[in-house]
Amino acid sequence: MSLTSRHGVTSTDTRDPIGVAVAFLNRLASTGALDRFGLRKPAERVVFEATRSGFRTAGNLNRAFARAGGKGGTPARVPTAAGTGTFDLTPTDDEQMLVDVVTELATEMVRPAAAEANEACRAPDDLLKAGLEIGLPLLAVPEDLGGISTERSAMAGTLVAEALAKGDMGLAVACLAPGAVSTALSLWGSDEQQATYLPAFTGDDVPAAALAITEPRPLFDPFRLRTTATRDGDGYRLNGIKSMVPRGADAELFVIAAELEGTPALFLVESSSPGLEIEAEPSMGLRAAALSRVVLKDVRVGALALLGDPDAYTECVRLSRLAWCALSVGTAQAVLDYVIPYVNEREAFGEPVSHRQSVAFMVANIGIELQAMRLLTYKAASRAAQGKSFDREVALARRLCAERGMQIGNDGVQLLGGHGFVKEHPVERWYRDLRAIGLVEGGVLV
Amino acid sequence: MINLEAPRKFRPLVSQAHQVAMNLLRPNSRKYDLLEHEYPKELDMLAAMIDGLSDSGAASGAGASGVRRSEEAEGATVQNGSNLASVLSIMEMCWGDVGLLLSMPRQGLGNSAIASVADAEQHERFDGLWASMAITEPGTGSDSANIATTAVLDGDHYVLNGEKIFVTAGARSDAVVVWATLDKNLGRAAIKSFVVPKGTPGMNVERLEHKLGIRSSDTATIRFENCRVPKENLLGSPEVDVKQGFAGAMATFDNTRPLVAAMAVGCARASLELTKELLEQAGVDIDYDRPALTQSAAAATFLQMEADWEAAYLLTLQAAWMADNRKPNSLEASMAKAKAGRVGSDITLRCVELAGSIGYSEHELLEKWARDSKILDIFEGTQQIQQLIVARRLLGKTSAELK
Repeated sequence: MSLTSRHGVTSTDTRDPIGVAVAFLNRLASTGALDRFGLRKPAERVVFEATRSGFRTAGNLNRAFARAGGKGGTPARVPTAAGTGTFDLTPTDDEQMLVDVVTELATEMVRPAAAEANEACRAPDDLLKAGLEIGLPLLAVPEDLGGISTERSAMAGTLVAEALAKGDMGLAVACLAPGAVSTALSLWGSDEQQATYLPAFTGDDVPAAALAITEPRPLFDPFRLRTTATRDGDGYRLNGIKSMVPRGADAELFVIAAELEGTPALFLVESSSPGLEIEAEPSMGLRAAALSRVVLKDVRVGALALLGDPDAYTECVRLSRLAWCALSVGTAQAVLDYVIPYVNEREAFGEPVSHRQSVAFMVANIGIELQAMRLLTYKAASRAAQGKSFDREVALARRLCAERGMQIGNDGVQLLGGHGFVKEHPVERWYRDLRAIGLVEGGVLV
Repeated sequence: MINLEAPRKFRPLVSQAHQVAMNLLRPNSRKYDLLEHEYPKELDMLAAMIDGLSDSGAASGAGASGVRRSEEAEGATVQNGSNLASVLSIMEMCWGDVGLLLSMPRQGLGNSAIASVADAEQHERFDGLWASMAITEPGTGSDSANIATTAVLDGDHYVLNGEKIFVTAGARSDAVVVWATLDKNLGRAAIKSFVVPKGTPGMNVERLEHKLGIRSSDTATIRFENCRVPKENLLGSPEVDVKQGFAGAMATFDNTRPLVAAMAVGCARASLELTKELLEQAGVDIDYDRPALTQSAAAATFLQMEADWEAAYLLTLQAAWMADNRKPNSLEASMAKAKAGRVGSDITLRCVELAGSIGYSEHELLEKWARDSKILDIFEGTQQIQQLIVARRLLGKTSAELK
């Protein structure tokens, strides 16, 4: 179980007599007595608060994923991209086309929906539908299995994630979450797993699905999991808590990271499995992604559930981090594009604030670090697509995106001053979203 | 197709430069750091070797050679040309020793200027010359448009008067490319560069500086008193085009800034590599998969440094790649110089701290690299000038608006 929150008070801090009196006043203030003064928050907020304090629900009732494919069958895999040996920053024509389509979606639908989705803690249905229509979950699925991929698509996936997050990171995560599962199945699924689960993703009624790796504890390390899988007959029994799972309540299928005999591994878990419960986990940011905890208590899965080998798990962690890097690049670009006209138009002391070096240099540094984040991310992505090792490149990209991306979010608010702190402007949302990069694991995948 | 690996075709060039750096520069590194102002005679041999290689075409851009928008870059295919070759080989050479790289005969920054703005006739006439670059004056640093050295046409000669400081290789080079104004009242547009051969009457090397780092490179003060230079030695056009302004002279910087960024990248890599090995000996291994914050503070610090290093490295390659492909790269060149300049200092200084007294003492070169790297955040435009340039570009501001 996770630590019960004491409102952020550490365990060594104790109440003295004045504290007891204050706590009493707080209880009084919280009673219905205040209602007649009209100070009670709107009803939906109360429901939301109730959710926050640990309201749990069973997993979404899922469709029947009909078993198909043979145990000995050969899974479909796409080849790696052939490198040219030439240093080049130009996307291929196909990648550019994809970026153009996604950029339009991000501009026309994602950005306008972002503020409301942040409040509602969910992505609007029409946006999710539009994301499916342009084929987001199909990006990495082999052509032979109804997808659009003919070679490793880590680069294309990176460009798509960046373009979507320029609209809004939370909504981008919501849109990309099912694709994480279809990508995992495409990269590491057996013939039987692919035949059983992938048709749902290539059909008309694509299920919500999520890749769950993070666990709620300090210094979480995805290579030292507390969620466990123990062998149970010909299947496995899962126990533990997963955190930061996008759209957990809607998801019909999870890929869940759990330690099996001392080694981390991935498991396919259908949402209606007995013992699986979903707990809303509204967080600092990424609210449109409807982050959730998945609580697993003796969840029984069959032999089919184990996805890939230990190398696949390591690759999954790296590719997920890569996707988050791409998201941070998109959001950081949104910050830069937003602050430039603002500091040029906002006047103080009789001239635009951008005429001051302290303001202008902040903008310059956003530009410099953003481009650096992008180049490190692209390098890792292109190596992944070409089948080269990319452990170092992902690690460095993640370090830079976590560190400098957060700085960009911070500076974005600072440059707008008090106006940056209020919700009239999106910079406060980007500040909250960008904090996730250094700590999140799973959820998205390229 | 997006690919950020160093070009395959430059691998021989890079490994050649690496061997030179390892086997010729490193062994002389400490010696000429201690013997400031002593001429590193070993470089003559190297220069001869590089000339030979250049003639064979095998070592294009080994050293701070000129950078020019090559004609070959026309067409639709993506080019990996002399700019990328230059930054890659400079990184290797500065992994060896920054000061010695700057002292390489016939590879001076003046050569870059000649290569960038000379016409065809001048190009041929000054071929093989070792040229240093004289811009800074006692009263003019970053505001190079404000220089006071004058050039007055008198018959077939320009007459130069003024004092130049911080001339790298100023005492050793065959000639100095001097920035002087034809008419102070006409502002930046009137600033022209002149090739002044060593020994021209009226040109005197007054003294050499004692410096924090790059001590093997001589840094000279040169005074010009009624120094007469043939008028054909004015680089580019003698016309004062007020509209074009400073652009011509500043174009040199678009080409040389990625080179200086490459120097910082190379020097910092030397520090990182040695520090990594020293940390491993101390039992600290860097794990790329485990989160940085679950590793030791030293490992987490190292990961952050390596990430910043990679950022500087890739920004530098980007700027050079754009030049190779004839894309305007003034913004990217300054981004590279800004990032590389600052992380060069940060990394080399932090590595000294991580290595303890081994890093601080002259037993190792870490302390030297921490001194050498500082200049790279200063010359060819300080950190602050790079930020000004980047900010003006991003914000769409003139130098009058954003001072």
